[in-house]
Amino acid sequence: MELDFSRQLHYVWALLPEIILCVWGMGVLIAGVSGPAHRGEDHAVSEDPAFGTGSGLGWVSLVGLLIAAFFNGWLYTLDEVGRGAVVAVDDFRLFANWIFLGGAALSILISFTYVYRNRLQAGEFFSLILFATAGMMFMAGARDLMLLFLGLEVMSIAVYALTAFNRRDRRGAEAGLKYFLLGAFATGFFLYGIALVYGATGSTNIDTIAAVVSGGRAREGFLTLGIALMTIGFAFKVSAVPFHMWTPDVYEGAPAPVTAFMSVGVKAAAFVAFIRVFLVGFESVSDQWYPVLWWLAAITMVGANLMALSQTNVKRMLAYSSVAHAGYLLVAVAAGNETAAAGMLFYLLVYTVMNVGAFAVVIGVAHQGEERLQIEDYSGFGRKRPELAVFLTIFLLSLAGFPGTGGFMGKIYLLQGAAESNLWYLATILVLTTVASYYYYLRVAWYMWMRETTSEDQHDLVVTPLPMKAALIIAVAVVLYLGIFPSSMMEFARAGVEGLGALGGGLLGVHP
Amino acid sequence: MITEALILSAILFVVGTFGVLVRRNAIIMFLCIELQLNAVNLAFVALSRLVGIDGQVFVFFVMTVAAAEAAVGLAIIISIFRHYESVDVNNFNLLKW
Repeated sequence: MELDFSRQLHYVWALLPEIILCVWGMGVLIAGVSGPAHRGEDHAVSEDPAFGTGSGLGWVSLVGLLIAAFFNGWLYTLDEVGRGAVVAVDDFRLFANWIFLGGAALSILISFTYVYRNRLQAGEFFSLILFATAGMMFMAGARDLMLLFLGLEVMSIAVYALTAFNRRDRRGAEAGLKYFLLGAFATGFFLYGIALVYGATGSTNIDTIAAVVSGGRAREGFLTLGIALMTIGFAFKVSAVPFHMWTPDVYEGAPAPVTAFMSVGVKAAAFVAFIRVFLVGFESVSDQWYPVLWWLAAITMVGANLMALSQTNVKRMLAYSSVAHAGYLLVAVAAGNETAAAGMLFYLLVYTVMNVGAFAVVIGVAHQGEERLQIEDYSGFGRKRPELAVFLTIFLLSLAGFPGTGGFMGKIYLLQGAAESNLWYLATILVLTTVASYYYYLRVAWYMWMRETTSEDQHDLVVTPLPMKAALIIAVAVVLYLGIFPSSMMEFARAGVEGLGALGGGLLGVHP
Repeated sequence: MITEALILSAILFVVGTFGVLVRRNAIIMFLCIELQLNAVNLAFVALSRLVGIDGQVFVFFVMTVAAAEAAVGLAIIISIFRHYESVDVNNFNLLKW
């Protein structure tokens, strides 16, 4: 089928996965407030949380994600006619959509028991995850800054609410307030940047912006200032140092499944939009923003890894690790060639599965709550629950970039991209900080395998219900598969980036 | 006229930015963020006289989003007020600011 955007109806086809998610989310929301859990608060404690009251909505949400995924696959069969539409239907967007849908599905799978134990309202919780996912997909598909902004806000507002979701938890409320104030503050900068770019180029369409900018017809002052302000907005969303101040606190205070969801989803969405805006829209003035990104990448990698070294709270350590990963991915944006962009997509995919997997075990150790998050709480875990400890070890090794795991191959591709653009210093920093990061990842593994338990019954209450087991097994399988057979997925990612290049100007020159 | 409007919008934006950085009351900080967004709206309207109608369309979206943000933001402020009996961010110290 051909998509012709001069006909309004075809926008519906182009946005079908997003529309399904939004409608489905509203359905889940209504089912949640009219369901049995809201009429009588007391339900039998003995029932299995994975299949009991409220969890039905989780399964319903998963079905919604599945349907959206089906139509996302269906979009591959459509061809665009003409250019300059508000919505992009290219392989780049569709690849990114797989990442968001997969991340959301895994996050829902690991949150069943957490939602039940902490008496969170299931309908609102799962529908907010669906809305946030839809926002991310809007961001990935935005070929217009207007749609990009709306997607960003749909995602952000849902995630603000998710962060403060547990109203009985002080930390959650505090993290929510912090995230909200700083996030809205950054949105202000981002929006002012959009306004100035609009004033400089006379359009909010990224393709038109690219044409005007490369033709040298943009107003110089506005454009430079606009790009600077948009960089601040993006740097905040991907939590690059020095705009990372909110990350550790918000990740620590938010409910753990939400932390898993936003560490993978929000970051991936921001990076995908970052690539599209900067490497397509502002490609011909890359000499203006490239040095800034270079420095952002460098200090993010160094700073985040240094700060992660001293963390004793595992959730906080994973937050700094997430900041460090933003640094690695920024190398790809700074390199700005096809290999780097494809490597970034590949890395985002691997990062999604391994980080959600790591958080799944953290939730298990924390007794499906927020109790035991210190590194000492992992001592002796390897002997009591070897299967979970093996899983967590694999995820940690993958996060650190150990050969044989997907994280290693992702870093190799990022390095390859950096090398193609002759970014030798950044590549060196990436390797050195990766080596440093082994210390704090392996320290957790060392506690698990080498330390004795502090008390006999320390790990007796660790439960992993069926959905969480399923998520863990899927995540381990994907991490190991991508570590051993990465090439087919890399080809897939490369095809996605080529779709991006055909739509913008000439893709991505090589920097000196 | 456009230059004056843009200068005014820049001033409003800077006032909003300083407000967020200096004030410690969560509601005032939120108001300053709203001031920033409205400064952007002014810039959009002024620029759209120069380059085309898109900017005025954008303003409607910004206003809608700002309203949605206010709903969620004020809900979060109420929920934190229930815990701390305060909206001063200096009092929230479970997480390091």
